[in-house]
Amino acid sequence: MPDIRVHQFAGGIDAPNPFWLASGPPTNTGEQIMRAFDAGWGGAVWKTIGEPITNVCSRYSSVDCNGVRMMGLNNIELITDRSIEANLRELAEVKKRYPYHAIIASLMVESKRDAWHEIVQRTEDAGADGLELNFGCPHGMSERGMGSAVGQVPEYTEMITTWVKEKACTPVLVKLTPNVTDIRTIASAARRAGADGLSAINTINSITGIDLDTFVPRPNVDGVSTHGGYCGPAVKPIALNMAQQIMADPAAALPLSGMGGIANWRDAVEFMLLGCGTVQVCTAVMHYGYRVVEDMAEGLENWMRTKGFATLEDFRGLSIERVTDWKHLNLNYKIVAHINEQTCIGCDLCHIACWDGAHQCIHLDRVEGPVDGPAPLHSTPAFIEERMRSSISTTPVTRQERAAALTNHGPYPTPLDRIPRVDETECVGCNLCALVCPVDECITMVRVDSVGRAETWEQRSRGAECAAEPQPS
Amino acid sequence: MSTATIPDDLLLRERFTEIKPPLSPQAAVIESNRCLNCFDAPCTAACPTHIDVPGFIKRISTGNLRGSALRILDANILGSSCAKACPVEVLCEGACVMHRYNHEPIQIARLQRHAMDSFQATGEELLTAPRGSRNVQVACIGGGPASLACAAELCRHGAQATILERKDLLGGLNTYGVAEYKLRASDSLREAEMIRRMGVEFRTGAAIDTAEALEELESEFDFLFVGVGLGAMQRMNIPGEDQKGVLNALEFIASYKTGRLREMTGTVVVVGAGNTAIDAANAARRLGAETVYLLYRRGEREMSAFDFEYEHAKHEGVQFLWRRQPYAIRTNERGRLLLDTVQVSEVEKSLLPVPDSEYTIECDYVIPAIGQSPFAQLVQELRRIELSNGIIVVDPETGQTGNSRYFAGGDCANGGREVVDAVADGKRAARAILKIAEAAYA
Repeated sequence: MPDIRVHQFAGGIDAPNPFWLASGPPTNTGEQIMRAFDAGWGGAVWKTIGEPITNVCSRYSSVDCNGVRMMGLNNIELITDRSIEANLRELAEVKKRYPYHAIIASLMVESKRDAWHEIVQRTEDAGADGLELNFGCPHGMSERGMGSAVGQVPEYTEMITTWVKEKACTPVLVKLTPNVTDIRTIASAARRAGADGLSAINTINSITGIDLDTFVPRPNVDGVSTHGGYCGPAVKPIALNMAQQIMADPAAALPLSGMGGIANWRDAVEFMLLGCGTVQVCTAVMHYGYRVVEDMAEGLENWMRTKGFATLEDFRGLSIERVTDWKHLNLNYKIVAHINEQTCIGCDLCHIACWDGAHQCIHLDRVEGPVDGPAPLHSTPAFIEERMRSSISTTPVTRQERAAALTNHGPYPTPLDRIPRVDETECVGCNLCALVCPVDECITMVRVDSVGRAETWEQRSRGAECAAEPQPS
Repeated sequence: MSTATIPDDLLLRERFTEIKPPLSPQAAVIESNRCLNCFDAPCTAACPTHIDVPGFIKRISTGNLRGSALRILDANILGSSCAKACPVEVLCEGACVMHRYNHEPIQIARLQRHAMDSFQATGEELLTAPRGSRNVQVACIGGGPASLACAAELCRHGAQATILERKDLLGGLNTYGVAEYKLRASDSLREAEMIRRMGVEFRTGAAIDTAEALEELESEFDFLFVGVGLGAMQRMNIPGEDQKGVLNALEFIASYKTGRLREMTGTVVVVGAGNTAIDAANAARRLGAETVYLLYRRGEREMSAFDFEYEHAKHEGVQFLWRRQPYAIRTNERGRLLLDTVQVSEVEKSLLPVPDSEYTIECDYVIPAIGQSPFAQLVQELRRIELSNGIIVVDPETGQTGNSRYFAGGDCANGGREVVDAVADGKRAARAILKIAEAAYA
């Protein structure tokens, strides 16, 4: 059985698994966190503790995608609205009852040395296994000089992290905001200040949408709105990129607790492959409850078993070096689309996507005779549609007509005239057709014989530079 | 315009609950999101009127319901009744690529109905070109789907169209002949009214069945569109066929749809196994008949009804008597009908009675449903028009007959198909007429 325990993350945090609840509504109280641990969560980052605030209502808004709810979630809720004493009392109680789970306290106080020293002392006294400095919250708190107001300025980040490290005995994680030009500058500042680890990413500044009847953006607070923090599945690609940027930069890299749109074990594995030692989840729990962790843990274990990985460290970071600069990509790597005629259902989305959105090399010409070459040689989509509209079709009313309508004389399940064909001489291997195809594995990208040895743009342009230099006589 | 309407009959509504009820707004959005939005979509190709199916479905998903309805009406002015009456299983939904994907096709008909219902609820009128902006006048003979579609298309482009209908109500079989659990007569009339408001003139009670009547029309109009449908139902030609209790399927369906027949009891025998026979048998069940037999001279595999209609009838409790033929109808002393039948077997393509297989069914109604005859009365008066077995021969692209001023469409020209085929015929004929008129003007 693969071992999914976390050992000494960021120099000292252990947990039964790498799945932690991110600081947020699911970690608001000790009662919630204990239920989460019972459900299977390995750790929890306590909802940010600081001087209690007053929240507004409403607080959340979301982006749906073609009927799927909450592809993206936005919130304008602030840090805890409960007293520091209440939070720390509960934290101590949870730690006592769940000594082997990771309890990290997210902290945010005024940007004063004394204030930070005091909260660090009190939190560690309550029994926290580590501290997460909330320099990421992009709404509300930033207007008061906290949250992302700190995390957007490397000097502030470095200063406050230094203050915390003066006092802290437990590992200190700095939570980074993505609302910066280059997240590495902030990560490096935290590292210079002695942070033990990083958490990334916090939420992204957003306006999720506007009510077209009232013209008020969401969430509506008495007729107006404010920008909020965006999270959920929609932000995962942004978070993955930032995780890779941090982990690939020696000046920035630290033990990383990754987050941003993680909804299942697959997402979690991706973050780990980019170097994360633990992952944090919030939106998926807000959507479906703590139970989502069950499949996360099982799925991770089953995947590790299939791949032969015994511990998390066996695969952590394996994909970091699989990301490189564009200039290092092989210009001579050639692939072309291949359509599996047996599984094609004839929706022809690849045809229209290729014609209108790519390079005009997928055609509906299997019956009339394949022609290779550029666009002008082929029937345009508009011509094909017009031909259909001017055709006469009738309801098959007799048995014979119905039988004839059902008969497909072609060799494949879909009639031949609806199965698109790839002109490999024109295909640029862009993937678009495979992306739009609704059928798994129907369109695959197949490598064609290399047209030469691997050559990158950097090599090619350097070669050109050399060629341009005057030759010694 | 006749003011005749059909009163809303609550009992009828209760008995003929819709087999495809409307989708709730959210269900419609969920279903519309399921549509893959195929390019050159097979559903659109399969539709005789080529409704842009993915186009109207995606408009539902974005909440552009007006745009969705107009997209439908642009291709098919009877989009509302087609959504309810079309055998979509062999048309758009039958062609859906989902059959090869995850098996359940998109519920195109119900989505189309959703768009049309919401449009009708707004009461918005359809835009047309100014009446008379094209100087061409067309008479459409017969008030069924073919003529309605032809006239509406003409009117939209500024031509003048007049529909001549011999009955009191417009709509043809849409009003009088489609099973009430699919399409209510009142809905058909509402659709006809929408077309009238577009500027089409309706003349009801106008029987055109003499050479003189035709001549008059020829002098009044530039073109004539014949959309008279088929004629009376075929007779069984057996003794006792004309007595009380025997009524043909179309007569029966029209009777209950217009409230003249509200209840049935006892045993009903429907003769025939086409879609109309199924409609009649199901209606008899819903009107209260305890036992309904459907009697067919051939077997299950030869019946011309659509498979889904057959399944539906079984669910309604209709019982099927295969390979049996009626040969006489008598009455017993209590006044009930006695339908004498005999088993038949097919020998070298002809049906022969099986000896000693006679069986008499005691019943209360016999409903022959063995097809319609051509509308001989009128079409025989049409001059210089080629007929084939009583069906008007037309150019399929234009609906034009051998007489260049005459066009035809719908059942009288296609031999008897669906509402949507009639609409397609009418639309094509209207476009051809507009083209000729345009050329003449130029």
